[in-house]
Amino acid sequence: MCDGPRETREKTMQKDSHVATYPRFLLRVFSGAFDGGARFYVTMTVLTAIALVGANAWAQQVANGMHLTSMTDHVSWGLYIANFTFGVGLAAGAVMMVIPAYLYDDHEMHDVVIVGELLAIASIIVCLLFVVVDMGRPDRFWHIIPGVGRFNWPISMLTWDVLVLNGYLLLNLHITGYLVYTRFRGDKPAKRWYVPFVFLSIAWAISIHSVTAFLYSGLGGRPFWNSALLAPRFIATAFVTGPALVIVLLQGIRRLTSFHVGDGPIRTLTSVMRVTVLLNLFMLGSELFTALYTGGAHAASVKYLFFGLHGHRGLVPWIWTAVILNVASALLLHLPQTRKSLGLLDLACVCAFIGVWIEKGMGLIVPGFIPSTLHEIVEYAPTLTEWKITAGIWAFGVMILIVALKVVLPVLTGELEGKAPST
Amino acid sequence: MSEPEGGKRRVFLKVLGGTLGASAFAYAMAPLRAWTKDLSAEKFLQKHYKELGKEEIQKVIARVERETLEKYGAKVKVKDQKPIEGVEFGYALNLSVCIGCRKCAEACHVENNHDRKTNNSYIRVLEMDQGSFDMARGDAQYDHAVPAPGKYYLPIQCQQCDNAPCVKVCPVQATWKEPDGIVVVDYDWCIGCRYCEAACPYHARRFNWTKPEVPAAAVNPDQGILSNRIRPQGVVEKCTFCLHRTREGRLPACLEACPTGARVFGNLLDPKSEIRWVLENKRIYVLKEELGTKPRFFYFFDV
Repeated sequence: MCDGPRETREKTMQKDSHVATYPRFLLRVFSGAFDGGARFYVTMTVLTAIALVGANAWAQQVANGMHLTSMTDHVSWGLYIANFTFGVGLAAGAVMMVIPAYLYDDHEMHDVVIVGELLAIASIIVCLLFVVVDMGRPDRFWHIIPGVGRFNWPISMLTWDVLVLNGYLLLNLHITGYLVYTRFRGDKPAKRWYVPFVFLSIAWAISIHSVTAFLYSGLGGRPFWNSALLAPRFIATAFVTGPALVIVLLQGIRRLTSFHVGDGPIRTLTSVMRVTVLLNLFMLGSELFTALYTGGAHAASVKYLFFGLHGHRGLVPWIWTAVILNVASALLLHLPQTRKSLGLLDLACVCAFIGVWIEKGMGLIVPGFIPSTLHEIVEYAPTLTEWKITAGIWAFGVMILIVALKVVLPVLTGELEGKAPST
Repeated sequence: MSEPEGGKRRVFLKVLGGTLGASAFAYAMAPLRAWTKDLSAEKFLQKHYKELGKEEIQKVIARVERETLEKYGAKVKVKDQKPIEGVEFGYALNLSVCIGCRKCAEACHVENNHDRKTNNSYIRVLEMDQGSFDMARGDAQYDHAVPAPGKYYLPIQCQQCDNAPCVKVCPVQATWKEPDGIVVVDYDWCIGCRYCEAACPYHARRFNWTKPEVPAAAVNPDQGILSNRIRPQGVVEKCTFCLHRTREGRLPACLEACPTGARVFGNLLDPKSEIRWVLENKRIYVLKEELGTKPRFFYFFDV
């Protein structure tokens, strides 16, 4: 409140210049990333191993061609794009901590909001990797860099996605980087350097998931995706998975670190989920009614997904698992016992997370291609290569999140400070 | 970190871990080595087709010819056939006489140097129920004598749409519509994201899931840089109305192969052309017209 620019400037003047502190900050953060207890090393080794298995599978896929996947000219996107779509939702969903913290001035949420922002960073990196592994020619990556290649903007929705995803990544890197660095120096963060960006990031979070939905809903030849309800559904599911993961994450942080996590944020996020799980089920129901009551060719994909078509039932077990999990999480979240039991709450979060992962991944991308535009039915089930690469990318994402939390939280608790080196 | 010895051991373990990690990473990425051998700086930096000068395009053509000889053992002639002024191509197909023999699909396979193993072709023929236009009741896998009673046949290939969804969605402008109406792909610019394949309502696009295999003796040496030259792995391809033939005044391979004369090809701007006569005198049907794609491929009936 009283941190006028002059006061901040005077404070800064007395300290070391940024030229000295910033490299020290980076060094401390970097060495902090590789330092930890036995549990940390074991976790990171296991995750590295999984990531390397994925990297190896990807190298083989690039060298030998994408026939190592189960994708075909009929089902030309599969597990990778499914995970990409889900990951964008996760990144956007993290903003559900930013909104209460900044828009509604929830102080307890404000203390932990950085967890959401770090989750957004890790998720976006995961998304970008899923796009890269889906490319037939990753060596031509530079063709899609604005100003360098030939960027088909504004006509291609994919170019919009490139802009909004990378923009969101930069926004969150700036916000967290700035806040952590000023805390490291012992300064009070100047509002003008982060508050406008925080508000921008709220709108931006909605944009990344809307644009990703428009990627599919704008295709007239794919009736399953060609629905105005797709973007709202994406946003609703984003606000299921983001809070679900953060609720579990906050409990882990509370147990494993000295970082203070109050009960308030978990309560707030649970309230958000109570609404969004129902909203998602309602919208899913509306889609199902519209398709199935109308019938005809437009219902073919829905029929294939939920009941099978002409003896082809590849996705039926997937989608019913998702429905059961989503309904279970909705019921659990509204059970009075769940208010008292973190165990039940965690179970609800896990159900919702996996349920949406299926519904918005395999349950959304694959049936868009079945039946094909010429109404042929070619089924799709991911190969081992696809599973390896997918596991590898998620393992890498978890590593980023762990390392990010590990270096950022000690700075915020004051365990890691930028005073002149003691030794 | 308090004890100096413990600190030393820790540093040693970290260095060891780092070394092991780095070598494991190098090992994991080893399959890429063979792949990068094929990737020259010249190829990596090659500009978009539309940005290539006359000399540069000749260099690209020379490289493609050299690579075809090295990899496939076939001596080929690649040309850069340009659109002809005053010509816009259109295609019409007579559904009353098509018997579903799939000779067109076969001719396409041979003419366009398609992968032999997958028996790829830009044309798919649906066997349809008499009295129905519902593709859901069609069958592309039929395997019996044709024409079968109660059936008619619907060959489908790229419709060369004027409002092409595939062109709209491409993030890098690797596919575009030429002045003569043909939608082409720059095989050296496509990044292989397959968004166009998702966008096309006619299943007209194909992806090179692996390196296409064509025996040297089977390679069609008469090639176009934007059409039937052997495509690289990992890029999308499509029907080009055989532009390497049609821009030189010849007819598409699928038309020449048709035993019933069901196919009519020509210049839409020429009022005396056969295609214009068909469009003016026959009952014309366009596939999925409601999507607003504005195809240049027309179906008609003998009535």
